[in-house]
Amino acid sequence: MRGAVIPYVAGAAALFLTAAVPFVGGAYYATLMLPFFGYAVALLGMNLLFGYTGLLSFGHALFIALGAYTAAYLTSGAGVLHFEVVLLAAAVVAVVVAVPVGLLCVRYVKIYFGMLTLAFGMLFYSFLYKFYHLTGGDEGMRVLRPLLLGQPFAGLGKVQFLTGPYYFYGLTLLLLAAAVMWRLVHSPFGLCLRSIRENPEKAEYVGVRVRRFRFYAFLIAAVFGAVGGVLLAVPTGLADPLLAYWTHSGNLVFMLLLGGFSSFFGPILGAFVFIFLQDVVMSATPYWRFVFGAILALVVIFFPHGLMGLVEGRARMGA
Amino acid sequence: MALLTATHVRKLYGSFCALEDVSLTVNAGEFVSIIGPNGAGKTTLVNVLTGLLAPTAGTVRFKDEDVAGVGPVRLARLGLARSFQLVNVFPGLTVAETLAVAVVSRLGRGTRLFAALDRDTAVRDGVCAVAELFGFNDKLTRPARTLPQGDKKLLDVASAFALRPEIILLDEPTSGVSTRDKTAIMDVLVQAATRVGIKAIIQVEHDMDIVFGYSDRIIALHQGRVLADTTPDGIRADAEVVATVIGKPRT
Repeated sequence: MRGAVIPYVAGAAALFLTAAVPFVGGAYYATLMLPFFGYAVALLGMNLLFGYTGLLSFGHALFIALGAYTAAYLTSGAGVLHFEVVLLAAAVVAVVVAVPVGLLCVRYVKIYFGMLTLAFGMLFYSFLYKFYHLTGGDEGMRVLRPLLLGQPFAGLGKVQFLTGPYYFYGLTLLLLAAAVMWRLVHSPFGLCLRSIRENPEKAEYVGVRVRRFRFYAFLIAAVFGAVGGVLLAVPTGLADPLLAYWTHSGNLVFMLLLGGFSSFFGPILGAFVFIFLQDVVMSATPYWRFVFGAILALVVIFFPHGLMGLVEGRARMGA
Repeated sequence: MALLTATHVRKLYGSFCALEDVSLTVNAGEFVSIIGPNGAGKTTLVNVLTGLLAPTAGTVRFKDEDVAGVGPVRLARLGLARSFQLVNVFPGLTVAETLAVAVVSRLGRGTRLFAALDRDTAVRDGVCAVAELFGFNDKLTRPARTLPQGDKKLLDVASAFALRPEIILLDEPTSGVSTRDKTAIMDVLVQAATRVGIKAIIQVEHDMDIVFGYSDRIIALHQGRVLADTTPDGIRADAEVVATVIGKPRT
């Protein structure tokens, strides 16, 4: 069983390196890691829906935007700066929105589910864009620096705050999110979701309430999306409508495919590689979208199980 | 005691009448076979009996509850399970996981979001018990897609057994299996049914050796109607049934 140790060593090394980035990588790379934390959390949720339940959302950016706007409303609107309150509120808002949206969407599967989620995402984008007096329209809304565990860290400048306390707060939140998701997918609930992905008709005949479980997965994914959205919005200091735009949802799908949706850690790896690849390619060529399109095509054709599939040799899912 | 009763069931697909005035009863302790030529309405009847399709007219009652069209989930909870004619597995799940899905839903633990499945001894015991009955003990970690065809069919049946139903409906349990293995599989099934505490078995079957070898009662369908509902001997003696359903006279 020597092979069983390797994942633990790799995980510990990844964690150590991530924690070391602010000290050895400098402010630039530490700042670059912040969106990674946000996306990784959101993708963990999105992959419960896709990798485990078999429903690919093309509108998941809706929930990222929802989290970002909740942060904006609370910090710059209502003057609530406690980050824990913001996170909790974002989760509640996500559930409130995901209940009606999810109830409608989980009635459909495959491309119909994807199109419906896309439609809701675009609906929300239009709302954010057009209702200027509520949302600030295309200018968006400011997200103020929050208090972390009640601490203002007043002595720190913006970059120091982001690459210091906020960095480790984000990292902790990602670890927490991953731990929660790990429990979820290794629970009886997670097994039921996988049976739905594999064969929903048979799942019903062995007593699995397919539509209800899809709905639960949708709710959980929404909460993870909103928490990820809050994490994303603080470094940029802004919540703007493009967060809900369909290309943003497309990026999320890209990250999932890149990292590999058939593995638990695939989405996290996908978010990481996407962020850094984007940074490298964007600074190298203005045609970065072209390069990304080519990469996506290559991944889908040659590595359907993503980078994690390559790492693991063969794709394995959960338990 | 009547477990499952269908009364004057009619099922229309548009203007096509798939079932007409079908009434049947399945009692505790019975092994009932449904036979009939292709297009006789067997599959429709199975789907109506298992709650997948609501009948156009008539009632289906299971243990004094109206179950017409209630859906497979409700029926599974009530104690009616089924297996499928064509291979129907969870390709990416292992044998143990496949059985665990059924055990989890039988124990009502599907909404345990944070419980560790691999430490759930009740689920593990349930899985092992069924795996042993069907000889899956040494294949527990194999993904269902890698099993040979016969094992896939057996796994489908086993997952239905894992629900510990009162009635099990087997849709051609031995189709696609070589004649030599059919009796072996049927023996396993019947034995397992007794051990699990299944009160009645309904099967749809084409192989007349299996039908006559195991049934207490045979229901012959023809063009959506019940042609005969009697003992194997009664069926053999019925010239019309023999001619339309079985084909040539048996020697």
